[in-house]
Amino acid sequence: MNLKKLNIENKKIRNLIPQALTVLALLSVIIYFATNAQINMGNRGISFGFGFLNQEASFDITFSMIEYDGSHSYGRAFLVGLLNTILVSVIGIIFATILGVVVGISRLSDNYLIAKVAEWYVEIFRNIPLILQIFFWYFAALRALPLPENGINFYDISFLTIKGWYVPKFIWTNFNIFLLSVIAAFIAIYFINSYATKQREQFGKQIPTTIISLASLILLPLITFLFLGVSLTFEYPVLKQLSPTVFTYAGGVSIIPELIALALALSMYTATFIAENVRAGILGVGKGQKEAAASIGLNKNQILKLVVMPQALRIIIPPTTNQYLNLTKNSSLAAAIAYPDIVLVFAGTALMQTGRAIEIISITMLTYLTLSISISIFMNWYNKKMAIKEK
Amino acid sequence: MIKSIKTWILVGFASLLLVACGQGGGGAGSKKSKTLDNTKKAGFVKCGVSQGLPGFSNADESGNWSGIDVDVCRAVAAAVLGDADKVKYTPLSAKERFTALTSGEIDVLARNTTWTLSRDADIGLTFVGVNFYDGQGFMVRKNSGINSVNDFQNGISACTNTGTTTELNMRDFFNSKNISYEPIAFEKADEVVAAYDAGRCDTYTTDKSGLAAQRTKMSNPDEHKVLPETISKEPLGPVVRQGDAVWEDIVRWSLNTMIEAEEYGVNSSNASSLKDSENPAIKRLVGSEGELGAAFGLDNDWSLRIIEQVGNYGESYKKHIADTGILPNRGPNQLWTKGGILYVPPAR
Repeated sequence: MNLKKLNIENKKIRNLIPQALTVLALLSVIIYFATNAQINMGNRGISFGFGFLNQEASFDITFSMIEYDGSHSYGRAFLVGLLNTILVSVIGIIFATILGVVVGISRLSDNYLIAKVAEWYVEIFRNIPLILQIFFWYFAALRALPLPENGINFYDISFLTIKGWYVPKFIWTNFNIFLLSVIAAFIAIYFINSYATKQREQFGKQIPTTIISLASLILLPLITFLFLGVSLTFEYPVLKQLSPTVFTYAGGVSIIPELIALALALSMYTATFIAENVRAGILGVGKGQKEAAASIGLNKNQILKLVVMPQALRIIIPPTTNQYLNLTKNSSLAAAIAYPDIVLVFAGTALMQTGRAIEIISITMLTYLTLSISISIFMNWYNKKMAIKEK
Repeated sequence: MIKSIKTWILVGFASLLLVACGQGGGGAGSKKSKTLDNTKKAGFVKCGVSQGLPGFSNADESGNWSGIDVDVCRAVAAAVLGDADKVKYTPLSAKERFTALTSGEIDVLARNTTWTLSRDADIGLTFVGVNFYDGQGFMVRKNSGINSVNDFQNGISACTNTGTTTELNMRDFFNSKNISYEPIAFEKADEVVAAYDAGRCDTYTTDKSGLAAQRTKMSNPDEHKVLPETISKEPLGPVVRQGDAVWEDIVRWSLNTMIEAEEYGVNSSNASSLKDSENPAIKRLVGSEGELGAAFGLDNDWSLRIIEQVGNYGESYKKHIADTGILPNRGPNQLWTKGGILYVPPAR
């Protein structure tokens, strides 16, 4: 055995010892808190376990994307909350991105009015606490929207009221065939695009991919309607009287005002940060790049699309990932305005009914962690895709 | 370098030691009361209250708490520390309240909390009694034409609080009537009131006392009314942590003393003059007979101090619930001798 290797002066071991001790210390602290919690819970007669997830929840939830009522389990209620969290996050991310990009580019506009409006928007909305904005949109919307009997009428098929935005319900027959045709259309578009790229790179041939893509996206589903027995009917919301002065709408789908207010507040707030990222990204592309692009005869739109944006994206993506994560986590403020997200449904009502604080909070934390890591992984993949490819 | 390694080793050992001695928490079943000792040492009673429910626990502009729930904590402070004002109030949401109690952040929870089997048995809590008999009801707009719960129809939207028994009662009720409804549950009562007031929901459901109290916060209280039906039993009472029997007894008998004092006509103004009363029950209440305080490590004037500083239950009810216009009629919260259901075991 080589004695020198075990010597404390050996650099490798010397570097390893502090790390090993750190891990040990960290583990000890975790074990300490875990055992202490266990002992204290034992002393106070609190049991620990996840069996409650199968028990009947016996409370109802306003808004659910899957079938749910109080006779389902706490586990199912968790799923309802999780899906609602994902729904509002996805809507928020989409709108925040669109708005953020538009505002970010507007801030650099030559048009004084557009640039100033964009600047004021950013400065106002990023400097007010989000929870206040959520309350503002919710209660402002509630106060501004009419009661159901005076609902804002969109051609008798959709009604906007204080109780929600009632839209027609889609009733499909053979929905699966339709779905398959849409998937097929997307696969076709992918192949058309890669074929077009090849043609362009090898032979310099331009193929009008946009028109072909659009055509396949419309034609394929249309065929299923005409020949494969797919059909779609609508169930329209109808005003219903509950008492001399109380009205509501029956039929159709209600998009609850809580969802609208929360999605609005989250996307308006996050868009300001994304706008700044976009602005930084565009300004971060060297002036020479634009001038070079102009000198070979590209027009303004082409410069932005082909030269500036691909390079700007490398600067924009990493901080925007942070904003997506923030938006998802901020959606937990939903509980304040009764949007049934995972915090309100699971870490709220379910926690109260079962009293299982440690179990439920751990599950909730783990869920947010999983959501955030999923977004991170996706955005890192996208970032890599957009990164400079050394050839 | 050697020095830094030594530091690391020390840190390692220190954390191992921590693990070894970290097993001491909790003091179940011991004869002495840890909570009582800690309270005496701290000099105040740690009391969990609501975030603002007029009549039960509500803070004024200068942060002074009052209400019949608050009076339970004041009674405990008078008994244990000799001064009813030595209470530290922690406002809690419905969701936080039990965790705050089991974790030791508070020692008494007096926050209009419904006594149920699962809460009492399953999550490390003990209910010590009932200081308000309540039941869940519905509030609607007067012009709605709804005069009874039988007028509810499919599609009605109902606002309430999350994390309370009302959410469960509401479901039981609408299911039994076979009515489909839209439940909208907020975390804080203020938001429920604001949403109902704006017209987001057709009815607001919670304990009837809560409805009466919250009605005063509406932009126009006269436009709303509480329906006559009561759909549930809601015995509200103070709660303590499980495992400290002495502390549990102190809180239970502080509440009982207030009710018993009303039964025997002892109130804050006449209590000290009744020391020489002919009635032994009264003499026990004002501490001139028996050694009742010793049973939980208190002196003999503990109950006298409660009555003098906080008053009897009737005084508390009148001051906070009746005179504020919340529920002028005592209903079930009347003494058993006067047609109510307030009945406490004798203090002897």
